[in-house]
Amino acid sequence: MTIIPKVQIEQVSIKYQTLDGETNALENICLAIGEGEFVSIVGPSGCGKSTLLSLISGLLKPTAGRVLVDGKPPQTSSQKLGYMLQQDYLFEWRTVYKNIMLGLEIQGKDKHSVKNKVHNLLKQYGLWGFRHYYPHQLSGGMRQRVALIRTLAVDPEILLLDEPFAALDYQTRLTLEEEVATILKRANKTVILVTHDISEAVAMSDRVVVISRRPGRVKADFAIRYAAGRLSPFETRKAPEFRDYFNRIWKELDIHVEGTHAQ
Amino acid sequence: MWKEHMRNKINRHLSRGGITPDHAYYLRQIRLKKLAVWATQFILLVTLILLWELGANMRLIDPFITSQPSAIYHTFWRMAKDGSIFLHTGITVLETTLSFIIGTIAGSLIAIFLWWSDFFSRVLDPYIVILNSTPKIALGPLFIVFLGDGIKSIITMALTISIIVTIVMVYTGFKEVDPNKIKLIRTFGANKLQILEKVVLPASVPTIIAALKVNVGMSFVGVIVGEFLVARAGLGYLIVYGQQVFQLHLAMTSVVVLIITAAILYQMVACLENRFLGWKE
Repeated sequence: MTIIPKVQIEQVSIKYQTLDGETNALENICLAIGEGEFVSIVGPSGCGKSTLLSLISGLLKPTAGRVLVDGKPPQTSSQKLGYMLQQDYLFEWRTVYKNIMLGLEIQGKDKHSVKNKVHNLLKQYGLWGFRHYYPHQLSGGMRQRVALIRTLAVDPEILLLDEPFAALDYQTRLTLEEEVATILKRANKTVILVTHDISEAVAMSDRVVVISRRPGRVKADFAIRYAAGRLSPFETRKAPEFRDYFNRIWKELDIHVEGTHAQ
Repeated sequence: MWKEHMRNKINRHLSRGGITPDHAYYLRQIRLKKLAVWATQFILLVTLILLWELGANMRLIDPFITSQPSAIYHTFWRMAKDGSIFLHTGITVLETTLSFIIGTIAGSLIAIFLWWSDFFSRVLDPYIVILNSTPKIALGPLFIVFLGDGIKSIITMALTISIIVTIVMVYTGFKEVDPNKIKLIRTFGANKLQILEKVVLPASVPTIIAALKVNVGMSFVGVIVGEFLVARAGLGYLIVYGQQVFQLHLAMTSVVVLIITAAILYQMVACLENRFLGWKE
């Protein structure tokens, strides 16, 4: 019996059509992601990293090839996926608590059954005292934590994180990386993180996939292993292997080609 | 002694809530400035009324044409005693409220329809643009032919003016909702009705309230114009009647009541803003 990967992407290509012509965003992507894996996707900006997440979530359909989640084509109504965007997009007219309840409301789930879980998350992230506040009264880091709890409240099996820390300042970012990695690994969630920050990718994940510039293809696939075992992002940054992984990924990301591209 | 006591009392009142002497001073300065603005506004009003009254008494202006505050005051009391001013104001307010409510609801529903159907919003776009730039008042005489010289024509007049503005403002508000918020809610599996209910409508509440504020004024304009054309009652009718029989006291009194009524209606809508926008800074 073969093990079915949690997320399977088979020879997927996607083209965007506009009046001026068409753009090949992704070309022939093949990727299999196992249950409980934490995979980061890095690549130069505009390579179609975010498009990949939209495909997995079912917001977009591929032009060719197929995407399977648990062996079936994904649907936004499947309720298996949690999606975190670059900004928190909290609704200003809802309190923290009501923002967190948004997903449950839409999916028509019983709020009482998850009450305890949500309350624990709020306490764990130091937001309990702020649950009746409105988003504009919170700092950037707190807002992104609320967004995280909103995503976790619907108890998704797979989390799609689209540069969720990019808009935060450095200190907040490190703290949040630590919190998110710890909480998601403990819950054994399958995580796909899109980022342009190599150190974030190496620090947080079990695996880093490098996508080439447009049209995006899988260029390299690194398994991240530390001799000391599974470490938290803070600890990995101090591990001897960290620098090595960083440099190897940096080389694969042909960012330096920018200047010589037109030769 | 007594003066000193009063001054201390005023100072204490102006700096109430101060947590340090500096903070108290800061509060006092801010409140003094606010007070100065109010006082000046009040003095300006009183001065204008006094100049008008004195000018008329000294025959610098002709009160037969311009009327004068004391005459307006007397006219008002006379009409208050026989109740006629309330009747006319009531009719105008009723007509305005009716067209305001119908205009707001119908305009918002049409805006929702346009948001829902991209195809029809494109189809109807040029019609709305042209209707928006047409001076709707020009249609007044036609409405009288179509609908007769009663309240129906007046309300139709007011509706035509207010509904187009509502559609345009509310629809523009809908279109300006952050597409990422819609993407976010779609990732939870939201359908179109949920997108409307959970994102588009609540995000547009500030725009809708702004539209309401404009709408109140627009409905008022429409009703008054309608009354000019056809009515046998209402403030617009009183103004035209006063002008035709050259009773300028009557016309001027009606204008004053009109101004006060408009201010009250506007304030009532503005109260909604405080009620619904508690989440704003």
